[in-house]
Amino acid sequence: MSFLHLAIFLPFLMAMLIPIFYRWTKQLHTGWIVLPIPVILFIYFLTFIPQTMDGVVTQTMPWIPSLGINFTVVVDGLSLLFALLITGIGSLVTFYSIFYLGKKKERLNNFYAFLFIFMTAMLGVVLSDNLVVLYLFWEMTSISSFLLIGYWYHRERSRYGARKSLLITVFGGLMLLGGILLLHVITGSFSLREIISEAALVQSSSLFIPAMIFILLGAFTKSAQVPFHIWLPDAMEAPTPVSAYLHSATMVKAGIYLVARFTPLFAVSGAWFWTITLVGIVTLFWGSITATKKTDLKAILAYSTISQLGLIMTLLGVGAAALHFDSWNDNIYIGAIVAAVFHLFNHATFKGSLFMMVGIVDHETGTRDIRRLGGLMQIMPITATIAFIGTFAMAGLPPFNGFLSKEMFFQSMVDVTSLNLFHAETWGVILPVIAWIGSIFTFVYSMIIFFKTFGGKFKPHLLPKKPHEAPIGLLLPPMILAALVVITGFFPNLIAKPLLEPAVKSIMPSLYGTDYSIHISFWHGFTMALAMTAGVIILGILLYKTANRWKPFITEKVPAFFRWGKAYDNSLYYMEQGSYRFTLWVMTGWLRTYLNYMLTAFIILMLGTIFATDALNFDISTISRVTMMDYVLVLVVIVTLVGIVFSKSRITSIILLGAMGYTISIFFIVARAPDLALTQLVIETISVVLYLLVFYHLPQFSNIEEKPRWLSAKTFISIGVGLTVFLISLSAYDTTFFPSISQYYIDNTYTKAAGKNIVNVILVDFRGFDTLFETAVLAIASIGIFGMIKLRLTRRGKNENK
Amino acid sequence: MKTNDVLLRNVTKVVVFIILLFALHLFMGGHYNPGGGFVAGLISAGAITLTLIAYDTQTVKSMLNINTIMMTGVGLLFAVGTGMIGIIMGDPFLTHKFGHVDLPILGDTSLHTATIFDLGVYLVVVGVTLTIIQTIGESD
Repeated sequence: MSFLHLAIFLPFLMAMLIPIFYRWTKQLHTGWIVLPIPVILFIYFLTFIPQTMDGVVTQTMPWIPSLGINFTVVVDGLSLLFALLITGIGSLVTFYSIFYLGKKKERLNNFYAFLFIFMTAMLGVVLSDNLVVLYLFWEMTSISSFLLIGYWYHRERSRYGARKSLLITVFGGLMLLGGILLLHVITGSFSLREIISEAALVQSSSLFIPAMIFILLGAFTKSAQVPFHIWLPDAMEAPTPVSAYLHSATMVKAGIYLVARFTPLFAVSGAWFWTITLVGIVTLFWGSITATKKTDLKAILAYSTISQLGLIMTLLGVGAAALHFDSWNDNIYIGAIVAAVFHLFNHATFKGSLFMMVGIVDHETGTRDIRRLGGLMQIMPITATIAFIGTFAMAGLPPFNGFLSKEMFFQSMVDVTSLNLFHAETWGVILPVIAWIGSIFTFVYSMIIFFKTFGGKFKPHLLPKKPHEAPIGLLLPPMILAALVVITGFFPNLIAKPLLEPAVKSIMPSLYGTDYSIHISFWHGFTMALAMTAGVIILGILLYKTANRWKPFITEKVPAFFRWGKAYDNSLYYMEQGSYRFTLWVMTGWLRTYLNYMLTAFIILMLGTIFATDALNFDISTISRVTMMDYVLVLVVIVTLVGIVFSKSRITSIILLGAMGYTISIFFIVARAPDLALTQLVIETISVVLYLLVFYHLPQFSNIEEKPRWLSAKTFISIGVGLTVFLISLSAYDTTFFPSISQYYIDNTYTKAAGKNIVNVILVDFRGFDTLFETAVLAIASIGIFGMIKLRLTRRGKNENK
Repeated sequence: MKTNDVLLRNVTKVVVFIILLFALHLFMGGHYNPGGGFVAGLISAGAITLTLIAYDTQTVKSMLNINTIMMTGVGLLFAVGTGMIGIIMGDPFLTHKFGHVDLPILGDTSLHTATIFDLGVYLVVVGVTLTIIQTIGESD
């Protein structure tokens, strides 16, 4: 365990501590207490910059070494860039929330605990090398974002949005798991770097395309690419700091991260290039058009995030082409990767500041609806300045950083047309055209955000609150981000060398050791890209001015087919209906019916496996002799068993069941297994007591007369179960074909675990994991019983009150 | 309904402590002799159940004012926490540590982190059994 591992878990530990000290620190806003953590981590990660310039830092901690699963943390350029964004923007969001969420009415302990669990999850995703570990953190981001979106759970929309994001991202997560397992099948490794080093093996495998599709599904759902983008607008029900953090700067970029990470592995395939580029460009196009027709500021930003994520995805797709060319010096496609990484950084800065700006507007005016807002420039000059910088950077206007990466984006799109590797010369032309149209709409919605909020006429009668400038605490974090936007706009090479170059090198590992360097120039001559930007501005202004004429067209005339959200709602509805009907059909409410299902499944699975794998091996000659004692005990068991089956009263069956349990414990004594005998005795006692306790509540003991057809079916099931168990124990007993495991325990119990009681050592040591989860299951079961009985009691109490 | 159970109540008073001591014995000896957290937990729960039968839920509640669900949670935390010891020492999760320590009065004592794990199991078992028995018992 290194400090690097601890750094990942530091926010998580803090989240665990928050509920403990929350009670005593109500006077102080929780945010102040937790703020040092992300700040310290940010500074800590900054110290890695020199090391990642031309190399990686690796730290390993064994976790399940026998399965090749180790918690390996690797810091390279790409993961460092992400780690800095997570902790940097995380610090700002933590600070911003102190002023955004009031300590009186909000459940701050929940908020910061969820936020910090999320921070750990995100750091884990970008820093872990082992794919299983990555997957665990990946799902942790889904769950913590679910909790954050549903933070105001008393609102119906919040719950809806939270469930939607969970269902879609967890679906993607499971697909990702499938992809990871396929890669493991091909290479036999879970380590990302090892898998990439075996790229040739993976590429020649027949599972290459399925693995790629599975992993891309994971990435696309997380990064809200069409058609999985529908969860992101609904996720805007979360508190605005959360939107700024999760849905612009970090979580949605996890998909981008994944695609970038897997680029060295998959990029040779034309399928990879086409899928990512096309999905990305469609997302860019669709997101930017939809954004223009929204009236809620946060909804506009949500769709704009979708479209910007599509842009980065497209760039990564185009950049994949670079891996085909060996000479790096004049390779034009590296530019796309550089643009992707650069825009990733830029987007995090300007979109983060814009979300915080919207939060301020919402906080100070009480509304986010652009039809009510307007003319806030005089009242909130600082917020307006932040908004100006953010929106103009988003629109891709000079001198802000968005302009630079937008130019690089256009350049890459133009370069694609010269690509002949994938026969793109015919179809490739559509890429720059769509990108260009998407950018025009990007310009339009950026202008809408700024001028509809801060320009135009001031309409105080439409605002729920009397607006005034926000306190400095709310303004500071977006000011810092806006300052970054301006600084990187004027001096892009400040971050080019320490941050962008290592990140590009980790996406393109062959660049390590070369003298490749990035130089971003503010003025790059009269190029095609500059002409496209000019076109964007001219057409964008025209469209913005005529918005009233064309807007109704896309609001009303867009065919219902494209309303993906509707499709989601419908599929959920039909799934619920279907499972409801199925449940009604299968669940009869009789325990005996369920036992029939379970035991039938048991017989089919077990006997099927035994015969399919030819596992039935036994040799009667080695079986030990049966003594008189055994005969007596078997006889007692049989008699009690028959008694249970034919008894007419419940109390008789309970007592007979107890008698049988005790007899079996005598078996254990005869076989010299005191531990088992002891446990069995106590369990029998407790379970009989439990039975007697619930006795009072049970319904009448009824022996339903069943149809003979069912009776014979049950006879078959009983005989089948008996036979299956008999066969299993017979082959388990036999040691002629496989050596018995018990010798291992006899040899190692004392030397390895310093214990003499084998049973106990197995329980706590050799198979401690089993015990841990069994106790967890026990605990869950008891909570279930507690809940069911308490719930029924309160409901009954309510009925009595009526 | 008033029942005459003087014998049961008086015997219970004495027997419960014997049972609890036996549970303790089983727990401590678990690593070398038959026993361990699971059995000890069940036996302790049995002792408490006995008082429950001899007296009633209210008496038991006033005797042992424990939040049984919390107890279960603490038990799980112990079990997981023991696993963390392995991680902190740089070994896989749930790698146990053991050694001999010379304690002032007890002399040479072997210490084992598995005991803490077992204590977690014990707490979970007692907590779970009591939760079930109490919720069902109270619902009368």
